[in-house]
Amino acid sequence: MLRYTLLRVLGAIPTLLLVIALAFLMVHAAPGGPFDDERVLPADVEANIAHAYHLDEPLPKQFVRYLSGLLQGDLGPSYRYRDYTVSELIGNSFPLSLQLGALAMALAVVVGVSAGTVAALRQDSYLDRLVMACSMTGISVPVFVFAPVLVLLFAVKLQWLPAGWSSASGGARLVLPVITLALPQVAYIARLTRASMIDVLGRDFIRTARAQGLGTLTVVRLHALKPAMLPVLSYMGPAVAAILTGSVVVEEIFGIPGLGQFFVRGALNRDYTLVLGIVVFYATLIVLLNLVVDILYGVIDPRVRYR
Amino acid sequence: MKNRAITVSGTILLTIAVVALVGPWLSPHDYVSTDFDRVLLAPTIADAHLFGTDELGRDLFVRTMLGIRVTLLVALVASFVSLVIGVAYGAIAGFVGGRVDAVMMRFVDTLYALPFIFFVILLMVAFERNFLLIFVAIGAVNWLDMARIVRGQTLSLREREFVEAARLTGVRNRRIIFRHIAPNLIGIVVVYVTLTIPQAILVESFLSFLGLGIQEPQTSLGALVDAGVNLMEGASWALLFPAGLLALILMCFNFFGDGLRDFFDARQAN
Amino acid sequence: MSLLDVKDLSVRYDGATVVDAFSFVVDAGESVGLVGESGSGKSQTALAILGLLPRQASVSGSIRFDGSELLSATEQSLNRVRAERIGIVFQDPLQALNPYLRVGRQLREILVRHELASGMDADARAIHMLGRVGLPDPHRQFHAYPHQLSGGMRQRVMLASALIAEPDLLIADEPTTALDVTVQAQILELLEEVRDDTALLLITHDLAVVAGHCERMLVLKKGRLVDAGATTSLFASPGHAHTRVLLDAAPRIDRVDIPPPATGVSILGVEAAEVSYAESGNERLRAVRDVSFSLRAGETVAVVGESGSGKSSLVRAMLGLVPMQAGRVVYAGAPMEGPVESRNMAQRRDLQLVFQDPIGALNPQMRVQDIVGESLLVHEPELSAVARKAKVVEALEQVGLSDEYLGRYPHQLSGGQAQRVAIARALILGPKVLICDEAVAALDGSVREQVLELLRKVQIETGLSILFITHDLAVVRAISHRVLVMYMGRMVEFANNATLFATPRHPYTRALIDAVPVPDPVAPSRKAPLMGEVPSVLHPPPGCVFHPRCQYAEEICRTRRPMARDIQGARVVCHRAEELDL
Repeated sequence: MLRYTLLRVLGAIPTLLLVIALAFLMVHAAPGGPFDDERVLPADVEANIAHAYHLDEPLPKQFVRYLSGLLQGDLGPSYRYRDYTVSELIGNSFPLSLQLGALAMALAVVVGVSAGTVAALRQDSYLDRLVMACSMTGISVPVFVFAPVLVLLFAVKLQWLPAGWSSASGGARLVLPVITLALPQVAYIARLTRASMIDVLGRDFIRTARAQGLGTLTVVRLHALKPAMLPVLSYMGPAVAAILTGSVVVEEIFGIPGLGQFFVRGALNRDYTLVLGIVVFYATLIVLLNLVVDILYGVIDPRVRYR
Repeated sequence: MKNRAITVSGTILLTIAVVALVGPWLSPHDYVSTDFDRVLLAPTIADAHLFGTDELGRDLFVRTMLGIRVTLLVALVASFVSLVIGVAYGAIAGFVGGRVDAVMMRFVDTLYALPFIFFVILLMVAFERNFLLIFVAIGAVNWLDMARIVRGQTLSLREREFVEAARLTGVRNRRIIFRHIAPNLIGIVVVYVTLTIPQAILVESFLSFLGLGIQEPQTSLGALVDAGVNLMEGASWALLFPAGLLALILMCFNFFGDGLRDFFDARQAN
Repeated sequence: MSLLDVKDLSVRYDGATVVDAFSFVVDAGESVGLVGESGSGKSQTALAILGLLPRQASVSGSIRFDGSELLSATEQSLNRVRAERIGIVFQDPLQALNPYLRVGRQLREILVRHELASGMDADARAIHMLGRVGLPDPHRQFHAYPHQLSGGMRQRVMLASALIAEPDLLIADEPTTALDVTVQAQILELLEEVRDDTALLLITHDLAVVAGHCERMLVLKKGRLVDAGATTSLFASPGHAHTRVLLDAAPRIDRVDIPPPATGVSILGVEAAEVSYAESGNERLRAVRDVSFSLRAGETVAVVGESGSGKSSLVRAMLGLVPMQAGRVVYAGAPMEGPVESRNMAQRRDLQLVFQDPIGALNPQMRVQDIVGESLLVHEPELSAVARKAKVVEALEQVGLSDEYLGRYPHQLSGGQAQRVAIARALILGPKVLICDEAVAALDGSVREQVLELLRKVQIETGLSILFITHDLAVVRAISHRVLVMYMGRMVEFANNATLFATPRHPYTRALIDAVPVPDPVAPSRKAPLMGEVPSVLHPPPGCVFHPRCQYAEEICRTRRPMARDIQGARVVCHRAEELDL
């Protein structure tokens, strides 16, 4: 087990490096500079600014400089928000996005897995059809349609929940954004769980368990749940990526000052260090998460860790 | 029973496509002309504003039909791009195997880990909103799944006895790939293409939402929905029609893909 | 009152009836065999008794167990019965055990969930049961995962789980079909030992197994009961024609119509072949070591061995599909070496291979005509399409298939037909050597006979040499002129068919022959000839690899590798070959 874990950790490092390099290249390959929007500057002033930000150095050198900065936790200054470093900006906005994303993820997994399991156990019943219909809707309607509709319904018409983002509303203000963010994932996870559970329930060893007289609940809990969760576990990486993507929309619609908003602004403003910093940050998160997923996979499936 | 899913959703999609192609010709309006006397009209039969008008007085029916065309076009082309890239990549990785395969798949795993959408946004912003670029960008996001699936299938096909038999007899690699492996990939590729189309549509809608997609006065369903969201309280039809159609199209593609997958699964089991 | 009383049991799927008004009884303590070919409904009956049929099945009739009707029982009472009264062992223990749970856990949960024992007591009983079914180290195996155990050990675990609650009836559905023949003998013997007074319903297609282990027997054909009675009576005078067919088709190793020794010239020779694969961590898996034999024109040599014997690796290396580390292969006087891609056309033409899985060996997207004709495109490209088709028709005729099969796809063929197509594909180039890798293992009794008959016919007509790999001694007896016996990658004995079976010279050969069940109910029952299992191929025992399981092993066997020696026409690799009288 230890060997398996160690191998996975070692494997994650080149992945991470590759990701950072890729992001770095893309950011610097894009035409246009961070200062294009402003007044046209005299050539020597421009050259000075470029020098101050090390933009006149050869690319590999800039990359190494960036990497060494990374190792010290320094993501560089923001080109746009001159008073802040990228690290500060991330540090200020990430906790909010984290709260949102983590809650959405948790909701998605709990509701999705339960719904999918119930649907699988009652295959072809009305409950099953209902769950499937709902999840089909969930993956077919974009987040930015759901969000305003939900706001219209719950905030404006019914007045149950706050429409905007103000510190006055306390915890209630999280409800709509989290639900909106979670919806497509609930739908997808429910479908995935159902398909996986049906597949596992059809396997021979489940037949053996039933032949041993174990009741349905026992069979599911003891024998079927772990293997059925494997595809869901594998999906966790892409799920987090999807939630990150969704968070951009949700933060925009509800006016939440999270990391996603900064990313879009940064991209539109050509604030490249900020954008690069956020990409690197998120990518690191996801690589780490995939690492955890891989390790958990080994915990559940013994064939993977013993030869 | 699943065959019903294929026929029903297939028919609906076909109908939508046909109406989108033919509809605008039958309407007296075009998608560009503004008419400030007829702003935000509810749907009426008189004046042939079947879906009403938007905030600039443009006819929403024609615009929605145009939007469908654009959305479908983008989806189909982008899916085709990801199909070509994904199949080629996956087939090469699976067929060559060994080190090459390991490296190629490690690359895919890396990309899989990224919130790729971020790169797409970067691309779009950096290179201006090129119509062509949209296709490429979306295709570039979606090919990963296809590559994985094709690689897995190719690997297992390579080990199948009929491929070994061909190798033994002296059949050339080229023929092995085209006559033995490729035909057995078609089934799974078709299924996955129909399932990547909804993803492509969603990505395009997302870009439109951010203002990075199709440019005015052209429009896509995503852009229409985005505009409709803003008009939601006063003119709900501006949101409902495009959003409803978008959801319908996505659902049909999903059902179609599911139905196809069940169909091929049943054939395998035989 | 009978323990199990089944009346008019019928199982239907969407119009197809797989079990048709089947009635039978099983009394307490007795052993009943249920035989039939595949598709006759035997397994469906077993699943119906336990209520484990899939949702799509519709069941009618009556199944009374100890007086109460099972078909209408509540799920709760049915679970009670499944847990404590009826146990079942399935065919494939790798699939039937949960790969994600430790073996011991799977056992103890049965006791715990039904409140038959708890905590440490349940663990102790589980470990005890594992010991009773013959696991060598029950404490360790308690904590093992199924994939860490061998096939034989897994089946023992299945048996343990079926018997741990001390049921009244044990149903065994093809319990040994997936196992090596020596392990099969062990498991069947274990079944007898361990069941005490539990009744046994043994389901199998192998009449020899029934002959040795069942007092009564039921014969199913296409879902219908066609014959029933005491095993001895039925074997002596079968009531129904189908029983007669099954008896005739039952593989026997004591048949007398065997091919006489071949006299042709040797065309294929293998000397000191060695094949090994690199495993992770610098270990090499030595699949084949120092194997030598020859094949004459017009002769069939059978290569026989159990799992781990290296027979498939040997043949793959000969063909160039995997590299050979040492040794030579000589064909028609010239050495044959290198990967298959680099070999010359004549060699690739003259040596053809037929695989075990008939359907898997055919491209599901190609029609029979194209499948059989493909090699012509490579070796005779100058042929016109018309000429090619003519040759394909000829090849199909040779294997007994009419030209109506030309346009068919593999999924439209039965197992036997598909194998014929595969053989036609191999024969169309007019090869000199045909290598069959377990070519009939996946086929049913009568179909198997037909395919073997076909091979015999072609051999006589064309002088074809055949190298036949198999684990089935009855097949060996039926078709081979000479036999090569392999164990853990080494050759053990190479002799004429008649000599090998009459006077085997190696203890392993003797054990192998003795392990095959004889389809004769009045023959005295024999103890399983060989204990233990094949050791891990990664860590072979020193000296003679067979010595840990050999009852004749002496000091020299433990330390020195035996050399091949010739004794009365047989080549044997055993230190004590001259002195032993087996």
